[in-house]
Amino acid sequence: MAEPRLVVLQGADERDLTKLSEYRAIGGYDALAKARALAPQAVIDELLASNLRGRGGAFFATGRKWSFIPKPDQNPNPHYLVVNADESEPGSFKDNEILSRVPHRFIEGCLITAHAVESKHVFVYIRGEYLGPFEAVRDALEEIRDDERLLGGVTIVVHRGAGAYICGEETALLESLEGKRGQPRSKPPFPAISGLYASPTVVNNVETLATVPPIVAMGGAAYAKLGVENSTGTRVVSLSGNLVRGGNYEVAHGITLRELIYDLGGGIAEGRELKAVIPGGSSTVILTAEEIDVPYDYDALAEVGTAMGSAGVIAIDDRCCMVQLGIRVSEFYEHESCGKCTPCREGTRWMTAILRKLEAGEASDSELDLLLDVCDRINGKCLCPLGETAAMAVASYVLKFRDEFLAHLDGGCPFGSQSPLDGVVAPVNQHTHSPVAEVPA
Amino acid sequence: MSALHDEIRELMALYPEARSATLPALRLAQEKHGWLSPEALREAAEGLGETPAYCMSVASFYDMFHLEPVGRHLVEVCTNVSCALVGAQQVLEAFERELEVRAGETTEDGEVTLRTVECLGGCGWATIVALDHRYRTHVQANDVGAIVEELRADG
Repeated sequence: MAEPRLVVLQGADERDLTKLSEYRAIGGYDALAKARALAPQAVIDELLASNLRGRGGAFFATGRKWSFIPKPDQNPNPHYLVVNADESEPGSFKDNEILSRVPHRFIEGCLITAHAVESKHVFVYIRGEYLGPFEAVRDALEEIRDDERLLGGVTIVVHRGAGAYICGEETALLESLEGKRGQPRSKPPFPAISGLYASPTVVNNVETLATVPPIVAMGGAAYAKLGVENSTGTRVVSLSGNLVRGGNYEVAHGITLRELIYDLGGGIAEGRELKAVIPGGSSTVILTAEEIDVPYDYDALAEVGTAMGSAGVIAIDDRCCMVQLGIRVSEFYEHESCGKCTPCREGTRWMTAILRKLEAGEASDSELDLLLDVCDRINGKCLCPLGETAAMAVASYVLKFRDEFLAHLDGGCPFGSQSPLDGVVAPVNQHTHSPVAEVPA
Repeated sequence: MSALHDEIRELMALYPEARSATLPALRLAQEKHGWLSPEALREAAEGLGETPAYCMSVASFYDMFHLEPVGRHLVEVCTNVSCALVGAQQVLEAFERELEVRAGETTEDGEVTLRTVECLGGCGWATIVALDHRYRTHVQANDVGAIVEELRADG
C-alpha cells in the first residue's frame, strides 16, 4: 500500500491547525515571506516547475493560468483572485475538510497567489451550505485581521453562495459573485482577460491554493518529484459509497483505484462485492470492478476513458441497479441545469424521462437508442460542461452495463427494492405544497 | 431606516460594485423574515438600490432562498448518490413518519420543514442531514426519532 505523503493536510492530525499559533509553530506563513521576497514572476516559475494542475476538476496547469494574467502595465484594471470554494460535485468533499482543518494554509495560499498575479483583492466564493468551513475561514481571517505584515494590503472577502451546483463553473461563479443569477458566460473572453467586473481574474480551487504554500516552501522541483509525470504531487481523494471507511485521504498520484478502495477505504461494506466505481465525482465516466487496477492519475484514467475530475471516488456494490443510478444522476443534473442552453435544459429532462420508462419496464429497444441519441445531442452543444458531463456519465452506464439495461426491457427492473437507489426522492421530484400559509395576495 | 438597511449598506461597501451584495442581502432579509416574503424582498431591494423584481429574479435561482414560508426549523436530507447508496431514502422516510409530512412540506404547527437536497459535500460521512444548516453525519433511520425530539425540545 502506498504511504500517504501529506502536503495539503500535513500536520493536521497532530495539531489544531485552525489556530494561528499552531500553524505558526510548524512554519506557517513562512512560505508567504519567502514568496514576497521573490518577484511575482519567480513565484509563477516555481509553480510552473511544480507542474501543479488545478484540483477543481479541469486539471489545468496552475502556473500557466497565472501567467495569462496581464501585467499591471498591460491592463490598468484591478486584478482579482477569486477562490472557487463552491464544492458541490456529488462524491467530492475534500475542500470541506481542507477549509475546516487547515484554513490558515489555504489563506496563506491565497496571499501568495495574490502576490504572484499582483492582486490586492481576494474573493472566496464558498457554497452557502458550508457553514462549518465558512466559520473556520472567517475565524482564521479574524486572527490575522490586524496583522498588516501578513496581509500586505490584500483584502479577503468571504462570499457565501446560496445553493446552486452550477456556480462551481467559473463564469457562473463570477456572475453569481456579481449579484446575478449564476448562469455561465460565453467564452472567450476567458476570466484571465475579462473576469470579475470585466477585469483580469484568476479563479482557483481551494485545494490548489492550499497546495501553493508547501510548493513555495519545498520548491517546485521537489514537489514535482511527488506523484507521477503529468500528475505531480498529492491529491486529497474523497472516498464514499459502499465502503467500510469513507473519508478524505491525501495520497500521491499514481496509487491505484484498487488500493484506494481496498487499502484506504477498507473494502466494500457488509462483505458485498464491488460492482462499479465512479472515479472522479458524478460527472465522470463509470468504471467496472474489472477496471480498478488503473493508477489514479490524469493520463492513466484518460487511457481508460475517464477522468479524476474533482477526485470523488464513489464505490458501488452489487445491489445497485444501474438504471436507477442513471435516474438519480440524471435528476441531479436536470435539477441543477441553469436553463440557459436548450440541449442541457431539455435534454437532461428527457434523459430522466426515458430512464424512468426503462426502470418501469415500459420502454422499447428503440428508446434505449433514443437515450443515447439524446445524450449525443447534448454533447458539445452547450456553453458549459454541465449537460455534457451528465450525458457522458449516463451514456457510460448504458455502454458498460448494457446487459442490465437490456434486461429492463423485458418486464422492468430485476433489482427492484433490493437496490438502495430504488424510489429515492430527489429534490427535482419532491412535493412542494406548503400548508403553513399562502403567499399574501 | 431599519437595521437591515444599515447592514446591507455595510455589505455593499465590501465590493467594488455594490450589486455583488445581492446574495448576502437576500440572506439577511430571509434571516429576519423567515422567508423571502414580498415584504422581505422589498426591504432587501430598498437597501440594495435594486428593484424587488430584480431581487426576486436572483433569489429564484438559488435553492437556499425560500420563496414560500418555511418552518422555524429546516431539516434537509441529502439523497444524492453517495448518501442514497447507504440508506438516505430510509432516513428520509423515517423523518416523514416522525414529522407526518412528505418531503417538501412543513408540519401543521409550522415548526419544521422537511426537504431533500442535492449533494451537501459530506459524501464519505453519509447519510448527511442538515439541521438548520448544521451537518449531522452518519445518520441512520433509527437515529431520526431522537433528532426530531431534539428539534422539538429546542422549542
